[in-house]
Amino acid sequence: MNILVCVKQVPDTTEIKIDPVKKTLIRTGVPSILNTYDAYALEQALQLKDKDPDNVKIVVASMGPQQAESILRDCLAVGAESAYLITDRKFGGSDTYATSYILSQSVAKIVEQEGSFDMIFCGKQAIDGDTAQVGPQLGEHLGLHQITYAINISLNEEKNKALITRELDEGKVVVEAQLPVLVTFTKTDDLRFASIKNKMKSKRAEIKEINYDDLAGIDDTKIGLNGSPTRVVKSFTPDVKTDGIIIREDNPDEAFEKFAAELEKVKLY
Amino acid sequence: MDFKFTDETQLLQEMVREFTEKEIQPIAAEIDEEERFPEEMVAKMAELGFLGIPFPEEYGGSGMTNLDYVVAVEEISKACASTGVIVSAHTSLAAWPIYNYGTEEQKQKYLIPLATGEKLGAFGLTEPGAGTDAAGQETKAEDKGDYYLLNGSKIFITNGYYADIYIIFAMTDRELGNRGISAFILEKGMPGFSFGTKEKKMGIRASATYELIFEDVKVPKENLLGELNKGFGVAMATLDGGRLGIGAQALGIAEGAFNAALAYVKEREQFGRPLAKFQNTQFRLADMYSRIESSKLTLYRAVCLKDEGVPYSTEAAMAKLLCSETAREVTWQAVQLFGGYGYTREYPVERMMRDAKITEIYEGTSEVMKMVIWGHLNRVDSI
Ligand SMILES: Cc1cc2nc3c(=O)[nH]c(=O)nc-3n(C[C@H](O)[C@H](O)[C@H](O)COP(=O)(O)OP(=O)(O)OC[C@H]3O[C@@H](n4cnc5c(N)ncnc54)[C@H](O)[C@@H]3O)c2cc1C
Repeated sequence: MNILVCVKQVPDTTEIKIDPVKKTLIRTGVPSILNTYDAYALEQALQLKDKDPDNVKIVVASMGPQQAESILRDCLAVGAESAYLITDRKFGGSDTYATSYILSQSVAKIVEQEGSFDMIFCGKQAIDGDTAQVGPQLGEHLGLHQITYAINISLNEEKNKALITRELDEGKVVVEAQLPVLVTFTKTDDLRFASIKNKMKSKRAEIKEINYDDLAGIDDTKIGLNGSPTRVVKSFTPDVKTDGIIIREDNPDEAFEKFAAELEKVKLY
Repeated sequence: MDFKFTDETQLLQEMVREFTEKEIQPIAAEIDEEERFPEEMVAKMAELGFLGIPFPEEYGGSGMTNLDYVVAVEEISKACASTGVIVSAHTSLAAWPIYNYGTEEQKQKYLIPLATGEKLGAFGLTEPGAGTDAAGQETKAEDKGDYYLLNGSKIFITNGYYADIYIIFAMTDRELGNRGISAFILEKGMPGFSFGTKEKKMGIRASATYELIFEDVKVPKENLLGELNKGFGVAMATLDGGRLGIGAQALGIAEGAFNAALAYVKEREQFGRPLAKFQNTQFRLADMYSRIESSKLTLYRAVCLKDEGVPYSTEAAMAKLLCSETAREVTWQAVQLFGGYGYTREYPVERMMRDAKITEIYEGTSEVMKMVIWGHLNRVDSI
């Protein structure tokens, strides 16, 4: 069972503050971390490996600058077997479409080394861009069917189908998918910590690199800034909206009681 | 002279800090309040290798340095001094003497489970009549041919009851005074080995402090640790290392209180401005910070001497003396800066001030640290 987990290095958005005057992000001194949802995706892969340590292999890949190596090491420290950094100046400025295209080209390259993948895991979105596009686009480029917003995955006895729980606004849905499949994950269980020994080992581990020149046949018109159809027209700070509440009760009187209690809380009457 | 951490130490510090913030800090106030020994946290730390940091991998350790170990205890103690001393007593006082004095068989049997954290360790030297005067041991071990017969009791034993493996000191030859003391490895569950009362304490209330009772405990001959009648030396050398751990605990407490105070004075407003705008506040914090940094350098230097394998007991005594006084002073000042809020359990500085005091008492009181330092001065003409 081969699992590829695609990961991204992002600024720790919980540490970012907005300059109250200029209304821009204060980026200095903000640490870079493994995208939270990617960490959940990796955790799900690790849980599959916990259940079947001899047969599950986890490979991680990240496209980004050289410094993104550090999150790949974090992944190795908690139990991924090998790591690929997809990096080249020619890839700079890629939007989600170009990124997913480069990733899909790189997957073919990684398969040469690691064998084909039964599953590809991604986070549902990156916490910096919040587009939630790269995972699904990668699925399309690779011609895989895809299951998004997963919180749990398990395999059937024959290990050819996955049972996946999706978390949607209206509730949870359990679906079955034939392998191979691409799955994007939202917040799942708690994340694990690396042991001291594994952390130190990961510091010395080899990170394999994939550059432009390794990707024979890549279409130059689909990569980098020039290959990116997205254009940023305007950035602005949206008004803060708090979440609405939905009151659902079988008994309308009880629903009304709750509704009135909520009104009382916000002093609306 | 190089005041920089290696990349490994830096990485370890970040790891332990992250673990402490996510796992230990959220329960620190609660386990203090409930006086609850955090067994689940010990298990978690064991899994990550926190209970065998300075021991080689072949003995189940994490293969790091003593500096790494001390940095870990410091980070943990920033949030929870009880958890800090659990790690420190286990590592320095129980695992280390086996690593240093144990036979290969003893290391296989006892050091490996201690270093992997599968088992927890404790150290029993203190008795009702033998505190600062540790040589006044009443516990005795008689040679019965096949085994030693142990009788007596110990008090104030950290990790007592929860620990599986105990380093116990006893008189093997009363005539010889402190040259008649030997060290033994005991296991919880040995017939005749039981636990007395648990102390109710001012601080470090989540660490368990127990009385140990020995009634005709048959200790196998192979559980003698080090040479017969050389136990006092084992105890003293072990405590030298232990003081580095307690220095780190004290330093961590001081840093925890300092960080809380620094954040608070920037938020709390009186007379229309934050407390941080008053020069008195600024000067206090400047003093606190300077004390912390100078204590830290003294501690790290002592630890580096140990890592180099050169004598360090005077430096360890100075480090423990300074760090524990810093912990007392900084936590005291932190409570003052918090005012009435600092005196309540709403804020962590109240707990930290209570926790700080013990660092001036155990593993040798501050007076004992000064005796050790004088012992060195007595042998030199100038510094
Ligand atoms: C919470 C806690 C945990 C502990 N954990 C352990 C443990 O795990 N293992 C263990 O073996 N012990 C442990 N101890 C015991 C601790 O190390 C002793 O309490 C300490 O060494 C002091 O001994 P004492 O309490 O008998 O005080 P005493 O020796 O009675 O000292 C009382 C006071 O007199 C001073 N004094 C004594 N003699 C002199 C002198 N000659 N000159 C000047 N001043 C002197 C002391 O410095 C102190 O201020 C622990 C104690 C506590 C409270």
